[in-house]
Amino acid sequence: MSSVIRKARVLLVAYYAYMLEYRAELFLWALSGSLPLILMGVWTKAAQGGQFGLSPLDFIRYFLTVFIIRQFTVVWVIWEFEKEVIEGRLSPRLLQPLDPVWHHVASHLAERFARLPFMLALVVLFFMLYPQAFWVPKLGNFLLFLIAVISAFTLRFLIQYTFAIFAFWTERASAIESFWFLLYLFLSGLIAPLQMFPAPVREVVLWTPFPYLVHFPAALLIGLPVDLVQGFLVILGWGVLFFVLNRWLWRRGLKQYSGMGA
Amino acid sequence: MPIIETENLSKVYPVAVKEPGLQGTLLHFLRRTYRSIEAVKQVSFQIQPGEVVGFLGANGAGKTTTLKMLTGLIHPSAGRVRVAEHIPFRRKAAFLQQITLVMGQKQQVIWDLPALDSLKIHAARSGIPDKASGERVGELTEMLSLHGKLNQPVRKLSLGERMKAELMAALLHHPKVLFLDEPTLGLDVNAQVGVREFLREYNKRYGATILLTSHYMADITALCQRVLVIHQGQLIYDGGLDQLLDNFAPYREVQLELAHPMSEAELSLYGEIEAVEGQSVRLCVQREALTRSVAKILAELEVLDLTVTDPPIEEVIGRVFSAGGVS
Repeated sequence: MSSVIRKARVLLVAYYAYMLEYRAELFLWALSGSLPLILMGVWTKAAQGGQFGLSPLDFIRYFLTVFIIRQFTVVWVIWEFEKEVIEGRLSPRLLQPLDPVWHHVASHLAERFARLPFMLALVVLFFMLYPQAFWVPKLGNFLLFLIAVISAFTLRFLIQYTFAIFAFWTERASAIESFWFLLYLFLSGLIAPLQMFPAPVREVVLWTPFPYLVHFPAALLIGLPVDLVQGFLVILGWGVLFFVLNRWLWRRGLKQYSGMGA
Repeated sequence: MPIIETENLSKVYPVAVKEPGLQGTLLHFLRRTYRSIEAVKQVSFQIQPGEVVGFLGANGAGKTTTLKMLTGLIHPSAGRVRVAEHIPFRRKAAFLQQITLVMGQKQQVIWDLPALDSLKIHAARSGIPDKASGERVGELTEMLSLHGKLNQPVRKLSLGERMKAELMAALLHHPKVLFLDEPTLGLDVNAQVGVREFLREYNKRYGATILLTSHYMADITALCQRVLVIHQGQLIYDGGLDQLLDNFAPYREVQLELAHPMSEAELSLYGEIEAVEGQSVRLCVQREALTRSVAKILAELEVLDLTVTDPPIEEVIGRVFSAGGVS
């Protein structure tokens, strides 16, 4: 156990140092996730004129929360992994007594910590500009939100890493992610809260993994109605499915791997 | 009992083929055809613990593919391979703790961080306690003369220092079997000598087994008593280095820069002429006559510069191949 903690600590510290090497890049990445803030403006304006079931203030809080969730759930493992496979840089990692995925997990987690101050600064700035949007969520909701965000990151990482393994066969696995991202964009609640979807569509979408990557945690934090049991069960179901698929593809993929370029 | 053992080891790769031109491109998109490339064909050999063996072959001969199968990076298409009593492809932790592979210079250490950070990861990953890892880093720093280099970002190091940092990371867990692919490629002469001396010392100190590929004959002659030669995927020579050189490269090349041009007739007294361009002359001299010939050249001719080099590896391999190989 202590050796696992030591490995985790050393990896996190090293990748934290790595992330901090490029301060400007980190800030720009944090800013590049501001699509929800733009959408906030659009929806707030629309809410002032129409009947959406959500008030302009709800929209502001929803999209601010979406912004925060996106900061915590950004995943880029597919581009890194694809490069490693194509350039053969996966080879040395395969020869170390540690599954290569832990390098990616560590770099993602370390990046979250490195990004945190920028993100907090942006949120504080936001509330200074719009003090009327400020609210204090209930403690229970806040804790559920934390669990939901961690679950959302885990699921998104797992799904993208599973796609990434296709790099053993196609060498352009990131194309799968580009297609998937389109679905994610529309069905996750990133562009509009699920409340805006027609009821039959919403019922179907709630069985896919997408709304649990953005809408579900956001709704929890701002207090929109959600089905907690269904929510966590769907996350678990998709998580198990992708985990099994991931390990199966990994074993098949390694037999396919030719260690190109190295 | 051999520490490395292969029997009829083979690897076949499918490679997509594409004709040039627009028609070829469209066909390639619609109906892709593949061709099988036999990169390694039925290679069998054994290496005993503590041996340092050179693995020679031209580009694309199958050296790297063989190394990848020996380390378990790729799955053999056929045949049997055992290294340190394990089947490499299973990549059990007990196996990985005993081997290392050094390939190129951007592999083991994180480019943007000081090497010490990467070494910390290596130590934690291999379960080396902090105290022991500190001692090993100290020892390897000494052996590799890397004092003061480990706390600056790796990208700021020179090529030679980076290679040494790679070696250090690759050897921190004290592996018993070292697979080295071109460990001196691109290094200047001093750095090459440094790496060679280090490898010799490591082999002596830990009784480690080393299998190394190199384009530099000097690496092989400095380190290996035995060599394996691979050509188009087939093992065509397995034996002593001396025998290989005596049989297939019994000469060395002497390059001269003369003070005055000389006629070929005069020059032929000192060795077989390969090329003459003004004052630059290349001569072929038999190995056993080398010292005598060089002494004679220096005594009788006005020489500005003189270098003695080995024939290129490709040429030696070409000779072994055309002679049908010796196994």
